[in-house]
Amino acid sequence: MTTTRTHLDRLENQSVFIFREAYHAFKNIAMPWSMGKDSNVLIWLASKAFFGRVPFPVLHIDTTYEFPEMLEFREWATAHYKLNLIVKINEEARARGIGYETHDPVTVTHELKTVALQQAMAQYKWDALITGIRRDEDPTRAKERYFSRRNAQFEWDYKDQPPEFWGQFATTAANGEHVRVQPLLDWTEVDIWRYIQRENIPIPKMYFAKNGQRYRSLGCSAITKPITSNADTIEAIITELETTRTSERAGRAQDHHERNAMQKLRAKGFL
Amino acid sequence: MKQSGNPHSALRTPHSADAAHLRIVFVGHVDHGKSTLIGRILSDTNSLPEGKLEQVQRACAAENMEFEFAFLLDALLEEQEQNITIDTTQIPFKTAKRNYMIIDAPGHKEFLKNMITGASSADAAVLVIAANEGVQEQSKRHAYLLSLLGVRQFCVVVNKMDLAEYSEVRFLEIEKKYREFLQTLNLETNVFIPASARFGENITARSTKMKWHKGPTLAEALDGMTPLAPPTDLPLRFCVQDVYKFDDRRIIAGRIETGMLQVGDELVFSPANKTSAVQSIEHWPITPPEPSARAQDGTAIAGDSIGITLREQIFVERGYVGSHSKDAPIETNRFHADLFWIARQPAHLSHLYTARLATQEVKCQIVSLDEVMDSSSLERSPTKADQLARNEVGRLTIQTRAPIVLDNHDRLPPLGRFVLVDDGMICGGGIIHGGIYTDRGAIKSKNIFWSEGKITAQARAAQHGHRGAVVWLTGLSGSGKSTIAQALERELFIRAMHPYVLDGDNVRHGLNSNLGFAPEDRVENIRRVSEMAKLMADAGNVVITAFISPYRADRQRARAIAMEGNAEFIEVFVDAPLEVCEERDPKNLYKKARAGQIREFTGIDAPYESPIDPEIVVQTNQQSVEESVASILERLLPRLK
Repeated sequence: MTTTRTHLDRLENQSVFIFREAYHAFKNIAMPWSMGKDSNVLIWLASKAFFGRVPFPVLHIDTTYEFPEMLEFREWATAHYKLNLIVKINEEARARGIGYETHDPVTVTHELKTVALQQAMAQYKWDALITGIRRDEDPTRAKERYFSRRNAQFEWDYKDQPPEFWGQFATTAANGEHVRVQPLLDWTEVDIWRYIQRENIPIPKMYFAKNGQRYRSLGCSAITKPITSNADTIEAIITELETTRTSERAGRAQDHHERNAMQKLRAKGFL
Repeated sequence: MKQSGNPHSALRTPHSADAAHLRIVFVGHVDHGKSTLIGRILSDTNSLPEGKLEQVQRACAAENMEFEFAFLLDALLEEQEQNITIDTTQIPFKTAKRNYMIIDAPGHKEFLKNMITGASSADAAVLVIAANEGVQEQSKRHAYLLSLLGVRQFCVVVNKMDLAEYSEVRFLEIEKKYREFLQTLNLETNVFIPASARFGENITARSTKMKWHKGPTLAEALDGMTPLAPPTDLPLRFCVQDVYKFDDRRIIAGRIETGMLQVGDELVFSPANKTSAVQSIEHWPITPPEPSARAQDGTAIAGDSIGITLREQIFVERGYVGSHSKDAPIETNRFHADLFWIARQPAHLSHLYTARLATQEVKCQIVSLDEVMDSSSLERSPTKADQLARNEVGRLTIQTRAPIVLDNHDRLPPLGRFVLVDDGMICGGGIIHGGIYTDRGAIKSKNIFWSEGKITAQARAAQHGHRGAVVWLTGLSGSGKSTIAQALERELFIRAMHPYVLDGDNVRHGLNSNLGFAPEDRVENIRRVSEMAKLMADAGNVVITAFISPYRADRQRARAIAMEGNAEFIEVFVDAPLEVCEERDPKNLYKKARAGQIREFTGIDAPYESPIDPEIVVQTNQQSVEESVASILERLLPRLK
């Protein structure tokens, strides 16, 4: 009989609790899935919460700039977890010629990710989205809530957020609004890796070093740069993270294109 | 899931030891040095990002400003740049012993709303008091609010000792005063540390200027605190979130708030009071990856999000609370609480809110507000107000529309606290006290009506919180029956009761529209009203009738009819001398009667037979409407319990 729980057990318990609260509170719910490490931890936790199934659709916003390895992983994991996968491409923007070849990363990210998400929301009328954002990723995410309301324009009013305490959340969305449910909010990057290690969660191989380089965060192939690293095992990655003081998203161009880029993206509805 | 066929399986080595995390909320009166203290801790524990200290120091030099540790915090948060203020911030730091998360919020008026989110899950609090200014309003207010939120461990830093000449006398004076205050909040033994955040005295390094201090430094004190242990030693409370039927299993999913649960345990589910044994604790993946930190040994403890199957298939749904039959929770529809309010709109006595307690959700009303705490003096004073404003804390009574399962907060915190929700927004939080535990066997026989059998008057009374009754007002025209009836109805209504007034206005036009004012019609009028009142009282309402009903025989029959329906009958004589009523003459009926335009008008050319032994008499020529209603309430309310 075990009566102690580790830090990871506590995080897992809390995330599962939030998954179940969200599934109960919202009739029409979906989970964006990027195939990145956090996203795969979400799939894993959902499978734990609902005993082996993900009882809502997962949404991949396909920017058409996806790494081939990621698309291969997508097909494998969809079959493996028996996911109800929805793939969404902003065909209209692509038709207009929006692309990294001709436009700046903030514009492209907005069009091919945020607008694509808005199109999917308009089509499927979800009243909640389960996302994998974490508080430690970026200063703008530090103020987030587990249940975070977005208005019809996808805007986030971070200055007047409802409090969350004693396991009670703001679980209602008015017409046209939706709620972002964020079960990984309290996890750190190292927690994610330790959990992937402990649970043996499948992730794309691009996170592991090959020829002295690896991807720490995965986005569009055109604007995501690998870091210099020899970390080819999870243990090596954890060791690397515990000594680095560089930010996780340093390799993601859209965050750094201009001052406060992340803030602007998020205020417009980016995850 | 088969791991062997998984091409994306990550390479594995056993994961490193899992260090405990401690969440600490930092509070203090404005300008007592909280930001400086946080900056100093981050710096002295090497928890700052690379180059941050030097960067801020260079920036200060360039601006010709003296460097302050408080700037570090500002720089770290980039609050000015990000334009995000007025909310909780979380900042990590590390000591050799463990990881910490600092929860910080501006110490101003919005403190409560901003602090709740982070502070309610804090393991401990650091409270900063400046040695030169001593204990101030917010020093007390913050500690009180944190204690309401559930924080039990406090560490008090008497900061700015450099401005008090590192005086032991001054330190002891503040310690004594503040310790006394903390004791009134029933908080645990607390650590007091004399310190100077500015000069780094007693933060991570022992001060040479205050050798008289034998206690710990702040870092030592923090390392000495314990993360909140899962409350496994309390009685079991398994709060059901949902019931899943994805396959042939019927899985009851939920979180164990307190205590422990094992396969084979007999569980009582409240409020239904049905029992069943735990058949299994379900897991996914069915075979855990090795080496997993998580054992699957048929045991679950406080904090665990689990799913179980039951041996006997009893009805269970979200909101039900599983416990062992010994040490079961309280089941009630009325409870006492201390409620803090954070919504802009004040809390109103008559408003219908939704109470959420763990996974339960029930409609409720605040039925009495007894005391309001002054937010600056922390003194409680009796109140006659019928609302609770933002940032106030009230001691009050809540009545729910359906039974709710709860515990007293001092016994079992997770089931002893609730939030009130209005229009989807959390407006306030409360902690429950004074609930009475009864033997669950006895409760079972008494409360069985919640789930089965015919709905009895007793069951209705339990749900409504009062019995049905007929309050029969009788008196001359102009004596004040209708006015009193309406005022009385309102008073009962704001107490979450179910009153309804029957008077000429709503009876004569419909039910009795075929009746006139001839003596036999009057008798029939009263008979129908009596029958109507009986039915409504049987349905659980407090029916207030306002008819002259001048004949004793009619009123006696009304009483007999009510008694047939087992309804309480309370005759209220609304007494005023004829001259007074005639003087008032609100509808000009007396004038018309005197002028002969109305025949057989009670008091003029028809008799009024005064009650011989009414339950209640009010004299409206001597008592105001409020006084009359108050004297009726005083006698009426005990009869409705």
